Amino acid sequence: MEETHHWRNIVVLWLVASLIMTPIVIFVIGPGLPPGNGSVEASGQVTDNTVLLATATPVALAVLVYIAYACWAFRERTPEVVLDGPAIRGNSSVQFWWLIVTTTLVLFLAGYGTVRLLADGSGGGQGPNPIAVPSAPNGGKPLVVQVVAQQWQFNYRFPGYGGFETNQIELPENTLVQFNVTSLDVIHSFWAYELGVKADANPGVNNVAYVTTKGPLLFHVRCAELCGVWHGYMFDQGRVVPKAQFAAWIVQQKTKFAPATKTLPPYSKTYFPQPLRRGG
Amino acid sequence: MSAIAMSVPAGRRTGWRKLIGFNMLTGIVLGIGGWYLGHFIGDHLSGAGLAYYSAEAGENDIAIFLGYLLGVVGFLVGLGFANYPIRRLLGHPPALAEHESEAEGLFRYFTLNTDHKVVAKQYMVGIGLFFFVAGLNAMLIRTELLQPNVHVFGANQYLTLVGLHGAMMMGTMTSGILGPFAQWAVPLMIGSRRMAFPRIESFTFWLLMAGEVILLTTIFFGGFQTGWTGYQPLGAQGTAGYDAYIGFFALVGLSMCLFGFNLIATITVMRGRGMTWSRLPIFVWAAYATAWLMLLAAPMLIAALLMGASDRTLQTAFYIPGQGGSAYLFQNLFWVFGHPEVYILALPGMGIVLELMVVFARKPLWGYRLAVAGMLGISFLSWFVWQHHLFVSGINADLRPFYMLSTELISLPTGFIFLCAMGTLWRGRIRFTVPMLFCLGWMFNFLWGGISGVFVSDVPSDVTTHGSFFVMAHFHYTIMGGLIFAFFAAIYYWVPKMYGYNLNERLGKIHFWTLFIFFNSTFAPLFALGFMGMPRRVVTYNAAWQGLNDWVSISAYCIGLSMLVFLFNVVWSLAIKREPAPINPWNSKSIEWTLPTPVPVHDFDKLPVFDADPYPYGVEPVPAGAPAYAPAGGTA
Amino acid sequence: MSATGKRILWTTALAAIVCVAIGLYIGLYLVNVPGSSAAVQTSSGTNLYLATVPAAALNDPHPTWVSYYAVDAGATNWRHVTTYTVPANTLVHVTIYNFDSPSGLRNPWFGQSSGTVGGVMTLDGKTMKGIDPDNASHVFSIPQIGLVIPLDGIAATAKNPCSNAPCSLSNNHTTTTFTFRTPGKGLYRWQCFVPCAAGYIAGFGGPMQTVGYMDGFIKVV
Repeated sequence: MEETHHWRNIVVLWLVASLIMTPIVIFVIGPGLPPGNGSVEASGQVTDNTVLLATATPVALAVLVYIAYACWAFRERTPEVVLDGPAIRGNSSVQFWWLIVTTTLVLFLAGYGTVRLLADGSGGGQGPNPIAVPSAPNGGKPLVVQVVAQQWQFNYRFPGYGGFETNQIELPENTLVQFNVTSLDVIHSFWAYELGVKADANPGVNNVAYVTTKGPLLFHVRCAELCGVWHGYMFDQGRVVPKAQFAAWIVQQKTKFAPATKTLPPYSKTYFPQPLRRGG
Repeated sequence: MSAIAMSVPAGRRTGWRKLIGFNMLTGIVLGIGGWYLGHFIGDHLSGAGLAYYSAEAGENDIAIFLGYLLGVVGFLVGLGFANYPIRRLLGHPPALAEHESEAEGLFRYFTLNTDHKVVAKQYMVGIGLFFFVAGLNAMLIRTELLQPNVHVFGANQYLTLVGLHGAMMMGTMTSGILGPFAQWAVPLMIGSRRMAFPRIESFTFWLLMAGEVILLTTIFFGGFQTGWTGYQPLGAQGTAGYDAYIGFFALVGLSMCLFGFNLIATITVMRGRGMTWSRLPIFVWAAYATAWLMLLAAPMLIAALLMGASDRTLQTAFYIPGQGGSAYLFQNLFWVFGHPEVYILALPGMGIVLELMVVFARKPLWGYRLAVAGMLGISFLSWFVWQHHLFVSGINADLRPFYMLSTELISLPTGFIFLCAMGTLWRGRIRFTVPMLFCLGWMFNFLWGGISGVFVSDVPSDVTTHGSFFVMAHFHYTIMGGLIFAFFAAIYYWVPKMYGYNLNERLGKIHFWTLFIFFNSTFAPLFALGFMGMPRRVVTYNAAWQGLNDWVSISAYCIGLSMLVFLFNVVWSLAIKREPAPINPWNSKSIEWTLPTPVPVHDFDKLPVFDADPYPYGVEPVPAGAPAYAPAGGTA
Repeated sequence: MSATGKRILWTTALAAIVCVAIGLYIGLYLVNVPGSSAAVQTSSGTNLYLATVPAAALNDPHPTWVSYYAVDAGATNWRHVTTYTVPANTLVHVTIYNFDSPSGLRNPWFGQSSGTVGGVMTLDGKTMKGIDPDNASHVFSIPQIGLVIPLDGIAATAKNPCSNAPCSLSNNHTTTTFTFRTPGKGLYRWQCFVPCAAGYIAGFGGPMQTVGYMDGFIKVV
């Protein structure tokens, strides 16, 4: 039957395309997907992105192959005469299976995403009461770094080291780091790309994000939420370094900014600094 | 102006006397008067505290808001919108008379007109104008992004360009398809001579125009630095340019709300004899599904903005942390509006594509009930997903899996629409006319828009892509690749009927192919830029990305050129060449094509009675050029 | 003229008007790009002289806004620009005359000077590592190179304060000097960190978000 012949062609074309593209996506493109393997959570995101892309590939190919085939096979070959096509108003079997397949795909993706999210928080800001806390590589408590966002610079405060504040960031390797992200004025977003961390800095809110660092790394920090005229210039560079080097860096920064630290308010999860009033 | 001159109805006056009376010119004059009156009142409001702050800042927000308010009121009064309510208050009986007898002349487009076809054309030109202004802003944005370390515009001007592009596009295109095409076609498709509330119909148009003008005044007040989302408390910090943003969006919200209300009333109550819900054309269903979103979502926006205005004038602290307010409050209120808003943009496009594909594949709509379920499903589900804009904002972490699921679920009804479009193509007799090309382009673009949506709806993936150019690419693929392509499809399809002149087909095809190629060339690399870590709304970027940004900017200029082809086509075909169009150039079996061209003011000589489904395709062959649908005779 | 000819004429005229309108529209954005000023070479090296005022000049578009100005050593030549051109990899000596009163820092961290040679600055002749954060009037900071210089405000009891630019050294002022090494060629931005934009919520609107007042660029050539 003519109908089976089209149907079969489309399925064959789709199968061939999928069997070629999906492995390419998984094995060639997948490892290069963002944000790279700079941290445990970032690697988790790469896996998640690979799963999403691998699932999307056959779906997209199905639609594209069908449209391309239909445009070629079902084009009007006698444009001088206006003829109607067959009055097919639907096919309950096709509709049923489409519903089943798409629902399954969607539920799978939502489920997988949830599992991945709850495993280690995926580096995202979880608010003041995080529910997905990854375990530290060697047991013990996480290194707490407070990210203080303000217009238009990120400052970092280390409560575990006397609460000093600096404008640079270094982190020790193979450590669970807890970022407490907050803002002093408007909404910013702390995005450490290679670490796979993004947490909005909301004024008056403590937004907690976890990252488990791996080896030494240079990472870029950018603000990811429009915060005013210098939003595009609100960036930083940070480093993941060996533990001994980190300890030395802490001492150096603490000494350098000791005068400023004396004037700071005590460490707190959120700040409501004055002047914040309307007026000079 | 003598009493004699005034007593002649406006439509039949000649020369300059035509300008006297209630029209756009009077509206502008009274609007400017209202602006100054509002300023005067605002400047003289007592309160030492207020005076101190405005003196320090050099601007008085209360005066500006009052100026906008009284300016808009003056504008609307000048157009004549107060006449009927006042007449009714004075005891006159209900009547429908506003300029409806003016069947000819350019002048009627500058007045309050209750003919739905005139309002549709007003919308088409008004929306077209601001669409191109916003598009020009996009060209300027891409010019700034050609080099990371050379700034063509000041850093503030750049953010204002970004905000204007976004706000103008979002505010204008919410009515982009429904304004021109639903108002023109829906009454005809359901067998009615008008919308349920014709004056409100005209009101929504003029409100939108007033809002657009207010938005443009932001340039004179220093612009606004928040982008189209207007986040607080950044907005509260800003200069008076942000007041213009509030004024614009509040008016757009009001216009949307009333428009949705009008559409729902029309489709529910004004359907002709025999036009049951199960016989409604799919475009009408799309308009209906969208109208509910417009009606219910817009008030959230207006409330959110009103509180922002109050923070800036009355010194409340709804959004100011540290004084008892919360930045979250704005984010949530805005996105409760904002997410249904993007489906307000997408649904009419889907309706157009399904409606037109039927004509150009010459088959009935495949899976009619599934398509309706898809439209209504999208409309319903769109209320439950808004927090996916806030995944990393520090919302309650327990909520995120729920919103991930609800957002992914929306791809199900969207999938129904795709299935129905694909099914309509199956064994059709596809004609690649310009409208059909745009419909196929819609399918390609919205596919990528939808798939990238699955990425951003997945929380782990969103951690990288939120706030980056990936999101930009996602929504440009759905809104521009989707809605705008459907918008052009509708223009090429209906203009021959609305205006009675053919659009040049060759230029139309050039427009389509250049737009399609350069649209993809512009926005596909943005997925890569987002994946590589480029945030949104930035005036500078990593030097390594300059090559890709330059490619994108040049492609964007080519989109501009493609639009010039379209503009040339429109001006040449409609203003200069004016080749009369046949009554039914597409051999469509939809009822509006049975009417003469131009469609008379009263639309139908006899109101039609419907007795079949809206897509009677698939019967015996029809000779080219003859009308294929004969309405059953019946009482008017 | 034929009907078609008339229509072509009208359409062309309208198109010309539209092009002019587009040009004007774009011009509106370009007109506000602020100018620039270069550091001067003297016998003592490369010098840059700046001033901060409580209100800009009376003929300025924003005569009530705080602002930076580029001046000369005697604060006699006032130019309202905020892009400063300096040579690369050079020690630059900067002098800032502050004519404004204190607003106080939102984040006291910026009360400590950093990024300069030795991490120190000089305030009215005395070498210090910073000031009392509550007494800060403005800050000159280039975040990309870690330069932070807080500017002390004039006393509340000042007898001869300046009201609008241009001011003279006979008005009450504080003088802050510092030396920093410029990085390689490029475009960097600088900003103030004190919420000094009076009349705006959080003191960070208006001049604090406008290049040409409390924000600008450092062009390293």
